[in-house]
Amino acid sequence: MSSMTLSEPSTAPASSKVIQPGWVRTMHWINAVAMIMMIMSGWQIYNAAPLFDFRFSHAITLGGWLGGALLWHFAAMWLLMVNGLAYLTVGLITGRFRKKLLPLTPSGVLTDTRLALTGKLSHADLTKYNYVQKLLYAGIILVGIVVVLSGLSIWKPVQLQWLTALFGGYDVARYVHFAAMAAIVGFLVIHVILALLVPKSLRAMIIGR
Amino acid sequence: MLRIKSLLIPGVDKKLLVKDATKLMPELSRRRFIAGGASLGALTLLTGCDVSDSFSAESMLTRISKFNDGVQAAIFNPNAMAPTFSEKDIRRPFPFNAYYTEDEAPNIEGKDWKLEVSGLVQNRKSWTLDELYKLPEVKQITRHICVEGWSAIGSWSGTPLRDFLKLVGADTSAKYVWFRCAEDYTSPLDMPTALHPQTQMTFKFDDKILPRAYGYPMKIRVPTKLGFKNPKYVVSMEVTNDYKGGYWEDQGYNSFSGS
Ligand code: HEM
Repeated sequence: MSSMTLSEPSTAPASSKVIQPGWVRTMHWINAVAMIMMIMSGWQIYNAAPLFDFRFSHAITLGGWLGGALLWHFAAMWLLMVNGLAYLTVGLITGRFRKKLLPLTPSGVLTDTRLALTGKLSHADLTKYNYVQKLLYAGIILVGIVVVLSGLSIWKPVQLQWLTALFGGYDVARYVHFAAMAAIVGFLVIHVILALLVPKSLRAMIIGR
Repeated sequence: MLRIKSLLIPGVDKKLLVKDATKLMPELSRRRFIAGGASLGALTLLTGCDVSDSFSAESMLTRISKFNDGVQAAIFNPNAMAPTFSEKDIRRPFPFNAYYTEDEAPNIEGKDWKLEVSGLVQNRKSWTLDELYKLPEVKQITRHICVEGWSAIGSWSGTPLRDFLKLVGADTSAKYVWFRCAEDYTSPLDMPTALHPQTQMTFKFDDKILPRAYGYPMKIRVPTKLGFKNPKYVVSMEVTNDYKGGYWEDQGYNSFSGS
């Protein structure tokens, strides 16, 4: 990972301009793997005591049974948390979040949503996120924080009881955790479809440019 | 630091432990476990695990689970009390839960029952129910959280385990109190949790003598642990430095399983 540079290279000529720096790409794919493991093991855990009137098919869960799923969930959580913390830290320190995600205005989101739905949204400059992207990416970072914190609150409802109380108690925190998972899965579906519709954005997330 | 290290390796060879644990795993759940690991295909490749040898994925997960035991022991605060609730929060009827049905539950004759106390204690005498009923009684209304995810609030009364351990002259520097039950269920409890003020030898549920469904004549109520670490129908406790495993722990549930 020789291109692991923490600053946004802005001096490079436009043709070879780095769209996604190495650290973003690395952490993005680590996160993707960790998230999928958390979602699939979470579904198996859910099946042991479903919150709603349905279960997830065994074919799309991870771990085989409750005990196996819990082992996966509490192993992959370290990958997710360490990677996520590093991502947040570097994103804040380098100013990437500020530069890429702000400003985020309702009027900007409305305009870009209209353009996107009519197929007129430009994808010429991939270094700049449009307002729909800004909203989705800022939103999913917040949901990621909520899923981890609510997860910790149902993992440690005694040691971290202040956190559990913040989510409205153990039972409510379970629903919050589930809702955050659902939001992430919803994001994932849209995110993958859009990436496939604009393949060069996918290429940028793999090779950087 | 030393403390964390010694908790990571609870007095046994980890490799042997893993080996024994997998051997002890019931054949069915073992196969289910392996099937789950192998269906992962590409994912396991990405995590660097050999898909064809799914035992390596298993042993990696078991190692991380041991690590999680250490993390949980390190963040366990002996002064943090599990939240308590009021009478109106109690779930009635309280759910029965076990790996067998309610009418398969041990049916113990109180007069014939004795609690065996062994291991690193000064007084190894066995205790009758009448003797135990004379011990000071504390009542607690706490939330029982099952490993499956559901929870229910109940009221349990009995004597704090730490007072009983003092009474029998237990070596409280030992690592575990290991419980054995009438149906051969077993579960180890780490000493810091055994000494937690809310950890209780329970004789009553909801102010009435513990019914058969909830573990007559004695249950160990541990509000800082998941439900399966709260053994029912207990017949013996052993104070020990050896990790002796437990019914669910040997099948893969995290051994510390603290709340
Ligand atoms: C540090 C991060 C996380 C921690 C500590 C955590 C912890 C937990 C715990 C303790 C449970 C309940 C286990 C049980 O019922 O016995 C659970 C369930 C679950 N988790 Fe997580 N989790 C985390 C992240 C995630 C993520 C990222 C997802 C998915 C995007 C996820 C999805 C689920 C699902 C779907 C369930 C089942 C819901 C239920 O039935 O309660 N978790 N998690």
